Amino acid sequence: MRTGGLSLRLDLRALTVVVLLLVCALAASVVLIGTGDFPIPAGDVLKTLFGGGDAGQEFIVNELRLPRVLVGLLVGASLGLGGALFQSISRNPLGSPDVLGLSQGATAGALVVIVLFSGSATAVTLGALAGGLVTGLAIYLLAWKQGVHGYRLVLVGIGVSAVVTAVNGYLLTKADLVDAARAVVWMTGSLNGRDWTQVWPLLGLCAVLLPLVLANARGLRMMEMGDDVSYALGVRVERVRLLLMVGAVLLTAAATAAAGPVGFVALTAPQLARRLTRSPGPNLVSSLCMGATLLVTADWASQRAFGADQLPVGVVTGVLGGVYLLWLLVTERRAGRI
Amino acid sequence: MVLLLLVALASIAIGAKSLPLGDVWHGLFHDTGTYADIVVDDRISRTVLGLLAGAALGLSGAVLQALTRNPLADPGLLGINAGASAAVVTAITYFGVTSLSGYVWFAFAGAAVVGALVWFLGGSRGATPVRLALAGTAISAALYGYLQAVMIMDDAALSKMRFWTVGSLASATGSTITQVAPFLAVGTVVSLLLARPLNAVAMGDDTARALGANLNRTRALAMLSATVLCGAATAACGPIVFVGLMVPHVVRSFTGPDLRWILPYATILSPALLLGADVFGRLIARPAELQVGIVTAVLGGPVFIFLVRRRRTAQL
Repeated sequence: MRTGGLSLRLDLRALTVVVLLLVCALAASVVLIGTGDFPIPAGDVLKTLFGGGDAGQEFIVNELRLPRVLVGLLVGASLGLGGALFQSISRNPLGSPDVLGLSQGATAGALVVIVLFSGSATAVTLGALAGGLVTGLAIYLLAWKQGVHGYRLVLVGIGVSAVVTAVNGYLLTKADLVDAARAVVWMTGSLNGRDWTQVWPLLGLCAVLLPLVLANARGLRMMEMGDDVSYALGVRVERVRLLLMVGAVLLTAAATAAAGPVGFVALTAPQLARRLTRSPGPNLVSSLCMGATLLVTADWASQRAFGADQLPVGVVTGVLGGVYLLWLLVTERRAGRI
Repeated sequence: MVLLLLVALASIAIGAKSLPLGDVWHGLFHDTGTYADIVVDDRISRTVLGLLAGAALGLSGAVLQALTRNPLADPGLLGINAGASAAVVTAITYFGVTSLSGYVWFAFAGAAVVGALVWFLGGSRGATPVRLALAGTAISAALYGYLQAVMIMDDAALSKMRFWTVGSLASATGSTITQVAPFLAVGTVVSLLLARPLNAVAMGDDTARALGANLNRTRALAMLSATVLCGAATAACGPIVFVGLMVPHVVRSFTGPDLRWILPYATILSPALLLGADVFGRLIARPAELQVGIVTAVLGGPVFIFLVRRRRTAQL
């Protein structure tokens, strides 16, 4: 595509997929806004979003449901993007923030606040963010030995993840039952009760990180071919890797702090996006959109299947993640790839 | 061997409640009629369970690592911990089971069912390491989702499960041990006998066939014995991580890759490790105790990371 002085190479299929996914995400969001104790038809939702609609609907849509859906979209997008970055950096389709222990780290931060300090919801969010960041830093430092190579990162992540899981178990046993119940609810990953105070920080962070990450997408694509080739092609491998890892850790930690550790979006969104776009690179933008669509759809499913706010979205994504992996197993076997 | 003996003795002698050694010695052979009896009896059951479960975990870890040709394989990878946990939570919530000896059968059944499921999903005859690991991860994911859902909806389940899932030798009683001992014995014997065929399988499918190993039978038996061993150990103690992962690595560092040496040494070293962790847990949090599952994870993690950094295992 050439316009004026700009020359870009666009993959038509990938572009179509991204647009379609955006449309799906938005449609699912509208439906989700209309779901709940007070069902609102989709047409009315759209009307209210653009200014019309009566006072009651306006309150429900703008104060209660819109922030929740926005948090869902942002968290899904962050997780999808973070997952794609991790999978590309560790060169392993199973290398997701859950496996690397980032969600456990954020959980540890949150548990420390809940169990030791009986903190408020904001304190829990901050604790989770701090926990995720500290864990990400620890994993990076422990894996650093004249540079960070993919496999060592995964292995160190597994080790750190196990240690942190044990610490979480310990904290859970030390808590009284009320705190433990609160902790378990948080640990499952839920969009219940999310409001505008969660939206703005997440939006700000995404607005800053997204351009930064996407600007380095080309370097990442070349790094998939191996470090030596990338050096030869002029990519500053360690710098790009560090920058992208910091970005991925920040995105994942922020998403986990906002909604709790929602499992499997980070794992499945990039893979599903890759299957749809059939393009070989890290597929950052499509993973973003796929993650957002997945989370909003899962939230809608968790509300419809069990009644409003009964089961947190983390349960649905967990079960769906398992089903996805099974499906992957069957199709890969049939294709003879594994 | 000496290490094991020392640690076993230490396990009987030391505990959260400090008992003078003379009392311990006395309590071993005579009934003194004081609380020392109970404490010593408890410690003996605990030590015996630690020995059996430790051996089972180490052995199943070594067998699984050979079977999946993956030095990071852990019994938990094949979904056995998830199956046991899901079965126990179902027992608590839907069947009203409250005692550990009641859980044992459920946990074992859960582990066995998941093991069989993973085997079939991994392709039974055509099971390769990647398929098994993928099937295990998939089933674990689904089961943990179920586990969390139940824990959220049922407080009783939450209050019991949070203690069971950390893995502890503390609830050991004589009956638990006699319940799981036969399975552990059978599993151990089968695993040790598989050392030679597994050596061949670990070298790759084609080489194994060329060397005359019956691939399907060896794989099925290895899967079966690993599931039985780990399932029984998890049923008795709750899920204990890292022992099955770490011990084969440590053993391999001085025996080399021959399974005929790795398996027996794993059987001896891992109970020493488990009991050592247990003793440490008892000492460090007097008068309460730190569960052994937590100690093995917190101590094992850094060891694992050190191993990863030091050696060329990073080039897996």
